This record gives sequence, C-alpha cells and structure tokens, in this order.
Amino acid sequence: MLRFILRRLLQMVLAFFGTTLIVYALMFAGQGDPIQALAGERPVTAAQRAYLTEKYHLDATGVGGFFYRYLDYLGGLVQGDLGESLTGRQISDILAAAWPVTVKLAVIAMAVTVIFGVTAGVIAAIRRSGVFDHATLVLTLLVLGIPTIVLAPLAQYFLGVRWPVFPPTAGAQPSFYALLLPGIVLGSLSLATALRLTRTSVTENLRADYVRTARSKGLRRRRIVGVHVLRNSLIPVVTFLGVELGNLMGGAIITEGVFNVPGVGFNLFRGIRTEDGPLVVGIVSVLVVVYLLSNLVVDVLYAVLDPRIRYE
Amino acid sequence: MSDFETVAATENQAARRGVSGEPGTPGRAGRPDRARSLAGDAWRDLRRNPVFWISLLLVVLVAAMAVAPGLFAANDPRDCVLSRQHAGPSGGAIFGYDFQGCDTFARAVYGARASLLVGALSALITGVIALVVGMLAGYFGGWVDAVLSRVIDIVLGIPLLLAAIVLLKRVSTSGDTVRLFAVILVLALLGWTTAARVVRSSVITAREQDYVAAARMLGAGNGRIMWRHILPNALAPAVVVLTIALGSFIAAEATLSFLGIGLKAPTISWGIDIDAGRVHMRESATPLIVPSTFLALTVLAFIMLGDAIRDAFDPKLR
Repeated sequence: MLRFILRRLLQMVLAFFGTTLIVYALMFAGQGDPIQALAGERPVTAAQRAYLTEKYHLDATGVGGFFYRYLDYLGGLVQGDLGESLTGRQISDILAAAWPVTVKLAVIAMAVTVIFGVTAGVIAAIRRSGVFDHATLVLTLLVLGIPTIVLAPLAQYFLGVRWPVFPPTAGAQPSFYALLLPGIVLGSLSLATALRLTRTSVTENLRADYVRTARSKGLRRRRIVGVHVLRNSLIPVVTFLGVELGNLMGGAIITEGVFNVPGVGFNLFRGIRTEDGPLVVGIVSVLVVVYLLSNLVVDVLYAVLDPRIRYE
Repeated sequence: MSDFETVAATENQAARRGVSGEPGTPGRAGRPDRARSLAGDAWRDLRRNPVFWISLLLVVLVAAMAVAPGLFAANDPRDCVLSRQHAGPSGGAIFGYDFQGCDTFARAVYGARASLLVGALSALITGVIALVVGMLAGYFGGWVDAVLSRVIDIVLGIPLLLAAIVLLKRVSTSGDTVRLFAVILVLALLGWTTAARVVRSSVITAREQDYVAAARMLGAGNGRIMWRHILPNALAPAVVVLTIALGSFIAAEATLSFLGIGLKAPTISWGIDIDAGRVHMRESATPLIVPSTFLALTVLAFIMLGDAIRDAFDPKLR
C-alpha cells in the first residue's frame, strides 16, 4: 500500500511538472511578443512593458532564459505567489476570497448528485424495465445531451426570472438559498452519470451469488438491497464522484459565470472576458493542480475502499 | 477481393459487417435462410426504433441548414437594424428580432454551419488519430501498446475546458479562419482518446480471428491484414463513438464561443448568440431560447443517434 502511494505520488509530481511546463510554454514562451500575448488585444504602454520585462526577466534569451523564467513561475506557484492580475490585485488574494464560495457550491452540487442520483439509480435498478426505469433513462439522456451553456441560462430564465422560485443571481455574499439553483445545475450532469452508474452496478450485483445466499438465509429485501448490494455497488460511484469533485471545481466556469457566483470559476470567466492573461494563467495553474490532487486522492481511496483491489 | 469495397460502401453496411465479425457475405454460401446475422437483426431493430428515425431526421435537417441556410430563413442574419431591437415576429422573422435588431431565427439557422463544420471536422480528425493509434496499439501489442496506452491515459487526464482555454488563448488575435481551424484542432487533439480505446479493443478481438490467421498463412503482410481485414471490423464501433463525439464537439465549440475564446463575432455561432441572449433575457427571452433549442436539439440528435445504433448492436440488450 505504502509503495503504491509513493509510486502514485511520484507519478503525480511528474504530471505536475509536465502540465505546468505545457501551460507555461503555451502561455508565455516561444511567441513574438509575450507581453502583448499576456495583455491580449489591449494596447500595452511603454511603462507597463518595461515593468513586465524586468519582472519576468524577459531580457534573458535562449533555452536558459526559458527555464529560468519557468522555474521562476513554478517557484511562485509552489509558494502560492501567483503574481498580479492586470488590474493590480494579487491573484492569490482573489483566489482566497473565491475558494470558500466554490467549495460551498461544489458541496451543494455533490449533495444533489448523491441524494437524487444514487437513490433514483437504486430504485431504477430494482424496478428494471419499469416505468420509473425508462423515465430516468430518458431524463438522464436529456441531461447528458443538453450542454451547460443551454441548461444554466434557461434554468436562470425560467426559475429565476419568469417564475421567480429562486433568486436569479447570487450576490457578493451568496446565501445557501441563492446557491441552490446553480448547485442543482452544476450537479445535474454528474447526477445523470451517477444515476446510470448506480443503476448498472446495482443491477449486476443483484444477480450475484451472495444476494441469493442472503435471500435464502431469510433476510428481508430491504436489508439485502440497503446493506449487502449497496455497499458493493457504490465503489464505482464513489470513484466517479471523487474524480467529479475535481471536475466540478473547474467545470463551474459556466455555471458561476451565468449565476454571478463569485467563486473561482467566475474569476476565470471574467479573466477570459477581460483578456486578463495573468489571471487566467494563475487560475488555470491552480485548477490543474487541484485536478491532479483530487485524482490522486481518489486512486488511494479506491484501494482503501475495496480490499479486492490490489496494486502489486 | 472485393470484400473491403462492399464493406466500405455505406457506413451502415460497414457497421453491420463489423460487429458481426464474420468474413463471408451472408447468403453468398447459398443458404438464404441463414442470411439474417446479428447485423441484420440490428438493422431490423433500428428500422423500427422511432428514436433512430427522429434523431436521423434532425441530423439531416441541421445538415441541410448548414449547406443551404437560405432555404430555411428568408432574411439576412447580418442585416441588423437597431430600431427593430427586440421587435416581435414580422415578415420572414418568425421569432422576432434580438438586441441588435437581427433576425433571431435567421441567425440560428445560419449558426448551424459553423457548429456542424467544427463538429464534423473534429470528429474526422479524431477518427483518423483514433484509428491509427488504436490500430497500432491493438495490432502490435507489446511495447507499442504500452507506450500508446500511457499516452492515451495522459491525454485523458487533461481537463478539456482548461486545456482549450490555454491553447486557444494563443490565437486570440488571429483571423476567423485561423480561429475556426484552431478550435477544430484543439477539440480533436483533446478528444480522440475514447475512440482510440474502442478501436484498440476491437482490433485486439479481430486480430485473434481465424480469417486473420488464414490471411497470414496466405502470405499477407501486416499492412494488408490491417487495412483489408482488421480495419473493416474496427470501423463499426468507432463510427458509433464518433457519432456521439460529434455531438459533444458541437457542444464544446458552443461552450468555447460562449466563453469568448472560440469563434468570434463576424462568424455566426450558437454559443455567441446564447451569450448575447442571456445578457438581455429580462427584456426578451426569445433570442436566448431559439439558439439554445437549436444547439440542444442538434447535440441530442447526434448523441441519440449514436446511442440507438449502439443499442441495436449490443447483444447483451437482446
């Protein structure tokens, strides 16, 4: 187990260097004018240019210069120093204010996924080929097929503006109620996948030998399904949810942007809109690290959860 | 050997042949009562499946819109007059006008071209990459398989949206055509992995078949076996995956355009229109709802089409 964790950790470190190098190389290096690329379509004043040149050591050239700047960026990233956005705010400050909101939103989305997805998946599996089963299959197909950029604005319009059940946007200090609709929209995609996964996995396990044994022992159906089957069926679902948590953090770009939730995704959304290069690079770098970390945690948890899974 | 030509004649035929995994043409052996293979059954199932026909109809409709948008919308989508801002339906504009005074319906119809172009070309490139990688990994096995599988793992681990943001930022100041092809390339480069895995596994299955051994004994080289004998069998599952991928590529293009890093203004794209309609939804919701419906129906049509074909071929569901 320890060896597996160590090996996996080493793999992650390699992936970390690989992805940050790619992000860095694509964003800053090897183009005609890195400063203009940083600023996007906006003009750069001479003072800004001189300042950025000095700050990022752009006068150094060649491969050595490239790696010097890369290590500079990496050192900053490790220390939590992501530099400043074009508006002059510390990116780490922006992120510090944004994380709690995004985490709250992700937790709501996850709760929606687990409560509705797993429950409906179990019911659909027990009553396979029934009305409920067919209805959920059609519904999940719809949810999986409709992109978030359609789902989020339409939910906002119909449930926020047309029939004001929820507040249409969240403000600077969003309440739980204001985060509920964005949470549901964000969670709906993983809800559909979780439902299908649970359904398949429960259906397969219902045919297993140990279920027949439990039934012949005279156990009640509720206990068989609720304890024996569910425990064995949730392994793939838990893995999926773990990976999904990382996706939710990044995938919240659209949802947070549409519902004006001041989280990490919203800041990335705004950074893209305002052509704020440093802000985009900073947030993307952090999100990539979060993504890698959550994948690592899931892999380790997977081995802990299911003793049948052995790594060497 | 006309086997491959007949197989490649139509996609459906290829799909039928591939999954059945039988080398001979059904019925050629002079036993017409045994002609109904798994593939024949699948086609019969498919013909009676309303979902298949509905999604096929939608796909054909959107494709027609992309080829000849003038047949569907009378007005010019770029003819925008601010005095008509949010005006109700009139003349050819059956859904009224948007914030800029453009014909909402005409814009949605003309938006099909960019979406379908991106979707189809990305799927095509994806298909080529997936076939080459999957074929090499599945056919040769060993270290080739090990290396290519690791590459697939790594690419699969890259979050699509974040990577697309980083990659597309480099062309943010380029022209429309460059941007269009950049979007296509980025989607294809990040999206080929699932199809490659599918191709790889079907190649591994096909490789072990008797007719491959027979071909080898007759002196066929690796290239000929791969091209003539294994490719037709690997094609069918790949086509199913690519149909579904085409739908998600269209959704991804719209998402990138919505964010402002995909296609930009003079190009008409559903993603751009949804974003514009979203901002003014309080004054008028139709400019939001119309392109949203077009996008959702197109994506759904491709996903359902792929789903229906796969269901028909999945022997487990029989």
